[in-house]
Amino acid sequence: MKKLSFAAALLAATVLSGAASAKTLVYCSEGSPEGFDPALYTAGTTFDASSRPVYNRLVEFKPGTTEIEPGLAESYEISDDGLQYTFKLRPGVKFQTTDFFTPTRTMNADDVIFSFERQLKADNPYNQYVTGGAWEYFAGMGMPDLIASIDKVDDMTVRFVLKQKEAPFLTNLGMDFGSIVSKEYADKLAEANTKEQLNQKPVGTGPFQFVDYQLDARIQYKANPDYWKGKEKIDDLVFAITKEASVRYQKLQAGECHVMPYPASADVAAMKADPNLQVMEEAGLNVAYLAFNTLQPPFDKTEVRKAIAGAINKQAIVDAVFQGAAQVAKNPMPPTMWGYNDAIEDDKYDPAAAKAALEAAGVKDLKMKVWAMPVARPYMLDARRAAEVIQADLAAIGVTAEVVTYEWAEYLERSKAKDRDGAVILGWTGDNGDPDNFLHTLLGCAAVGGNNRAQWCNEEFDKLVNAAKLSTDQAERTKLYEEAQVVFKREAPWVTLDHSVVVMPMSKKVSGYVMSPLGHHAFSGVDIAE
Amino acid sequence: MLRFFFGRLAVLIPTFIGVSIVAFAFIRLLPGDPVQLMSGERVMSPERYEKISHELGYDRPIVIQYLDYLGNVLTGDFGRSLTTKEPVLTIFAKLFPATLELSLCAIIFAVVLGIPAGIIAAVRRGTVIDQTVMGTALIGYSMPIFWWGLLLIILFSGVLQWTPVSGRISFSYFFQPVTGFMLIDSLISGQKGAFKSAVSHLILPTIVLGTIPLAVIARQTRSAMLEVLGEDYVRTARAKGLPPLRVIGVHALRNAMIPVVTTIGLQVGVMLAGAILTESIFSWPGIGKWMVDSVFKRDYPVIQGGLLIIASIIMVVNLIVDLLYGLINPRIRH
Repeated sequence: MKKLSFAAALLAATVLSGAASAKTLVYCSEGSPEGFDPALYTAGTTFDASSRPVYNRLVEFKPGTTEIEPGLAESYEISDDGLQYTFKLRPGVKFQTTDFFTPTRTMNADDVIFSFERQLKADNPYNQYVTGGAWEYFAGMGMPDLIASIDKVDDMTVRFVLKQKEAPFLTNLGMDFGSIVSKEYADKLAEANTKEQLNQKPVGTGPFQFVDYQLDARIQYKANPDYWKGKEKIDDLVFAITKEASVRYQKLQAGECHVMPYPASADVAAMKADPNLQVMEEAGLNVAYLAFNTLQPPFDKTEVRKAIAGAINKQAIVDAVFQGAAQVAKNPMPPTMWGYNDAIEDDKYDPAAAKAALEAAGVKDLKMKVWAMPVARPYMLDARRAAEVIQADLAAIGVTAEVVTYEWAEYLERSKAKDRDGAVILGWTGDNGDPDNFLHTLLGCAAVGGNNRAQWCNEEFDKLVNAAKLSTDQAERTKLYEEAQVVFKREAPWVTLDHSVVVMPMSKKVSGYVMSPLGHHAFSGVDIAE
Repeated sequence: MLRFFFGRLAVLIPTFIGVSIVAFAFIRLLPGDPVQLMSGERVMSPERYEKISHELGYDRPIVIQYLDYLGNVLTGDFGRSLTTKEPVLTIFAKLFPATLELSLCAIIFAVVLGIPAGIIAAVRRGTVIDQTVMGTALIGYSMPIFWWGLLLIILFSGVLQWTPVSGRISFSYFFQPVTGFMLIDSLISGQKGAFKSAVSHLILPTIVLGTIPLAVIARQTRSAMLEVLGEDYVRTARAKGLPPLRVIGVHALRNAMIPVVTTIGLQVGVMLAGAILTESIFSWPGIGKWMVDSVFKRDYPVIQGGLLIIASIIMVVNLIVDLLYGLINPRIRH
């Protein structure tokens, strides 16, 4: 009997097969998405699976750059006082038609207002639709304190009114929390009392539409036939969730996937030598640093900080930790970003001069702590190793360094303290490609006791970055940020360590992939040879 | 028998409460704060931190939190994951079949190879065969799972290309899970080659997860057999001229099986521990990988709920085993 049913199944299988072969691209993603409503989350892995394939935003990042271009907004106007942003929406944009939702109208102002108001207003029916959903990124970028109102001018025009001037506002709208969801879909779910489905089965206007998610295993998308930029070249997009870097590499070699992120740095050389693979590389939008506590003596003295900066061999750190897959950082922001001041010269690695400078500053037998993060981050794969290199470098100039570490959440919490003992290794990955997101967020006076781990409040620097925040003239902002970097280098609140290089290995069959300096993995415009 | 059953059942209640306290307390003893981790390097304002802690109920006294949790668990509510915001029980139900399928295959693999290997080693005691089998078992027992898994992938999937690298089925097959067991679902789907693909994806993880139980079972079988082979009744059986196969297969093996069966039962715990690593290597979407990820994210409800459900399953399995012993051996139930 068993044999019979098996035979019957095989027969059925034979009959049912033979569907036309479609172009399928398989991406070995590094983890599972937390959900599919990008505004609820902050992780890039979640965005790669939600906002980038499924959704669009009012403005979007031009592929391969940190500059923005019109997305679902056809055009926009900024009022002279910089407080009103008026967006003219693109007409005729269709939301995806899926098994679980059929839209009856095209995208309009209601969708845009709903997408933001659910994050802004506590009385919006979707504000608490997921237990514990906190709109973390929207809040983290300071939007609740910035937006006064979002008004519908007409069906296809939306106006954002701000409480104060904020130049990075426009780029913020290009971030993942700015994804435009369908109000019609949300209303339908609310009616059926299944609001949570908004986070499980997304409907957007983007290049790919969601088909299915098998938890921790795979996500299935298909090309959106109604995409407003035209249908994609690939028919199906599959995310094969593969958490181990070495296993992703094996799958790539075996042809089980076509693109993989985050290779192990030890594998990169072999990948480059493989005739079936192509390896794309780009400087990551990040920086790793060693932040002094500038409130504590002797690190309140610029000469002491400069002396230590000159004693650290950063190239050795890049070699030891990244096996070359990183570049030495001289500025507190990455070189792929506009406003980067390339004219600045880095502190020269010169232990003898550093030792003399330290003595001249009247510091003898200095003992200090160097904090090393317990986890690997894109900007710093092994902080312990880096700390050991720093420890050895400091020993050479007569400074005794003790390496300390804490559990990650503890580390983040304790390193904020104004009375923290020691210099801390940490870093930052950019959110929106705006220099403000590095210079003001990490080094502004307002961030002391928080993101400003150096506890450094320099009037001259703060004035420059605050002025840049208020201006909407990019040329003027560029100039201000370049000057701010000069002040930073002179004062050395951090020793800037490295910018990691992001490596994307993929099959030679894949074409049209563009690396994003923001670290996004998006497959719009990608093709695959049969 | 009824008294025996209720006696055993009564023991389960304090055990369950004990496990729930341990699961609840241990994760909180670890340094690290789930609310803090939500924002990563981005600093959360103290007001916001308090608001979120309050919404999640983490600002209440720990005893109150525990009692509240226990009350919810008793009504079947294990809470929601802090990361995916889905009910813990729903996620568990989605992932558990994958772990169960892999564990069953691994235990079958271990039993089918381990028992004959142990018998042969015992019968050929002291020979090259015995030493080879026991030496191999020792290596298998000491094999670090992670390294072993990668080694097999590189050899069989990379160099020889006999097996797929990871996952449960090839990406070219797509169907909705019905039972959650890929072997069954692939058959139901009716897609040509799906079942074969599912089987080929199971081979390496089965070997990796089954290696340690295989070694343990082989060693246990050997020593139990050696003991039994020295018994008087075996000598009697041989003396009266029974064929050797009958002596070993019937007279000796039956009696040697009692400790072996106990060992197999004990391997359930080993399996769950091994599944954590095996699932990570082979991107197997089961509960092991899920729990590990949750520890790193300090996803309290998942760790608590997951531990409690797994412990409950093990307790129930043990209860069944106990009852079976009672049925087989009257001395135990009195």
